[in-house]
Amino acid sequence: MFERAGRVDVVVIGAGHSGLAVSHCLAARSIEHVVLERGGVANSWRRERWDSLRLLTPNWLSRLPGYAWTGPDPDGYMSVHEVVSFIAGYASVIRAPVLTGTTVTRVEPLPGGGFLVVTDRGPWRCRALVVASGAANLPVVPAVSAGIPRRIRQLTAHEYRNPGQLEPGGVLVVGASATGVQLADEIRRAGHEVMLAVGEHVRLPRVYRGRDIQWWMHAAGILDDRYDQVDDLQRVRRLPSPQLVGARERVLMDLNALSDRGVRLVGRLAGVRDGRLLFSGSLANVCALADLKMQRLLATLDEWAKRNGFGGEGERFPATRVPRPQLELDLGGGAIRTILWATGYRPDYAWLAVPVLDRKGMIRHDGGIADWPGLYVTGLPFLRRRKSSFIHGAGDDAHDIAAHLAHYLSGVARTAAARKAG
Amino acid sequence: MATQQAQVRTVDNGVNVEALLGAREALTAAPEGAKFTWRATCNWINGTHSATTVRGFFGLGEEQSHRTEFRFDADHPEIFASEDNGATPVEIVLAGLAGCLTAGIAAVAQNRNIQLRSVKATLEGGMDLQGILGIDSDVRNGFDGIKVRYEIDADASKEEIEALVAQSQKRSAVYDIITNPTAVTVTVA
Repeated sequence: MFERAGRVDVVVIGAGHSGLAVSHCLAARSIEHVVLERGGVANSWRRERWDSLRLLTPNWLSRLPGYAWTGPDPDGYMSVHEVVSFIAGYASVIRAPVLTGTTVTRVEPLPGGGFLVVTDRGPWRCRALVVASGAANLPVVPAVSAGIPRRIRQLTAHEYRNPGQLEPGGVLVVGASATGVQLADEIRRAGHEVMLAVGEHVRLPRVYRGRDIQWWMHAAGILDDRYDQVDDLQRVRRLPSPQLVGARERVLMDLNALSDRGVRLVGRLAGVRDGRLLFSGSLANVCALADLKMQRLLATLDEWAKRNGFGGEGERFPATRVPRPQLELDLGGGAIRTILWATGYRPDYAWLAVPVLDRKGMIRHDGGIADWPGLYVTGLPFLRRRKSSFIHGAGDDAHDIAAHLAHYLSGVARTAAARKAG
Repeated sequence: MATQQAQVRTVDNGVNVEALLGAREALTAAPEGAKFTWRATCNWINGTHSATTVRGFFGLGEEQSHRTEFRFDADHPEIFASEDNGATPVEIVLAGLAGCLTAGIAAVAQNRNIQLRSVKATLEGGMDLQGILGIDSDVRNGFDGIKVRYEIDADASKEEIEALVAQSQKRSAVYDIITNPTAVTVTVA
């Protein structure tokens, strides 16, 4: 194993499930590589997630190339601790060449090709680089947060661990992705008054026709939809995570369920003016959009079920109940003490000094093949397939990327040999 | 996935979707061109009557112009002791919303290969005059809500029509202007 920095064909940055899957596929092709990890294997899962989080996919679906979940409860959902064990187990089984406690501080292209990877434990030179540092390094907080009065405590989902962190009093959760609805529910159950600011969201039932919704999506091939075959790739890559929770009781976590538990729904947080929060009047429409999209998906699953000999009818879910609009909230009234931003995450590429970032700071890439020779990225939503952001989606992407990378390295080798011969 | 029978259907809602999609692609590559400025000029005539005209605007990096100048007369009805030379400004807001949503419906329908036969919107904006008259400071000046009801005859299912209307709201400028706060700066020359 590598004891210190030096030269290697490929550097993989990040030892999460995506980086390790790539490592496995590179090893299968006998491509020399090292996986650099700033913390321990599955670091973000260890340090940057809330306590009650569980995977949105059932255990039986959790698999990585050359590795499958084994355990007593295939229909359960892994806790954060179990995910860490699962990924660490994978690293160990595939004997991935991981250097933990190694933080990449800068990556720059080398003249003539390849990269210089500067770390806090010495530099590496490589011919190709795979960025697998994750999609959720930094919380995204909207600009309106700057106008929130100081007496209101602000917290991101990145920092949130459990309701014990919160001061007594009301909580406004901003964002209705899986994160937002789960935290709103948990905080409400802990006895707080909770408001949930709802923008565009993805509604899904946990169970459909007696099976986990992920079973249907997987079986019907929807999770295999490719990035180069969808209508609007930018849109699907930005979609918030679906309103699901990985609870063994397979509870429904939609907006109606939250309303039933006393969570107050308001529109997207659109502004702050004179100490008052302003909520968008678009709540009814974002709910209608999510309901319609869910119905379309369920109709697609019904068609698939019928073609594949499943009897019976699919159930339908009641439309989202939209409360009487509340467009303002005076923060001076004391109803809200804490604002919890569940407004998404973004990758952190501050260390990447390769001119490959677009104006939004994202890596320009085509299905993980970055717009720079020898540079690859993986582990992003809908990178190559709808399932790309799931653990079980990492394998196919890693396989494709390793194939391209191997071809690239052999091309570089041929060019070098030709140059030498000439 | 199963093979679907190819549906060949020529839909014409009078919307050039190819041009719109082309513009989207071009402006993704050159986002500066996407920055537009819309303008209006208003002259007071008499009493509550004013006339607003629009002609020039800025976009695609240069000055643009409507084919002709358009004029909107605004006034108030006789029960407000006015001469009723035009729509009230709040009715013009409803017209703006209806025009925007309806254009969106036509464009989305074209893009989704749905032939429209008729589209009719009926709009209502509720208002408590105690606001603008300063009778009760708890009552806002503007609408307390806007209701838009669409009657649409099209070659599409009820769900598809509902989706058209929802998507049109999602992409509508005037819907956004009305449902979300906008900073307004008024100066005197």
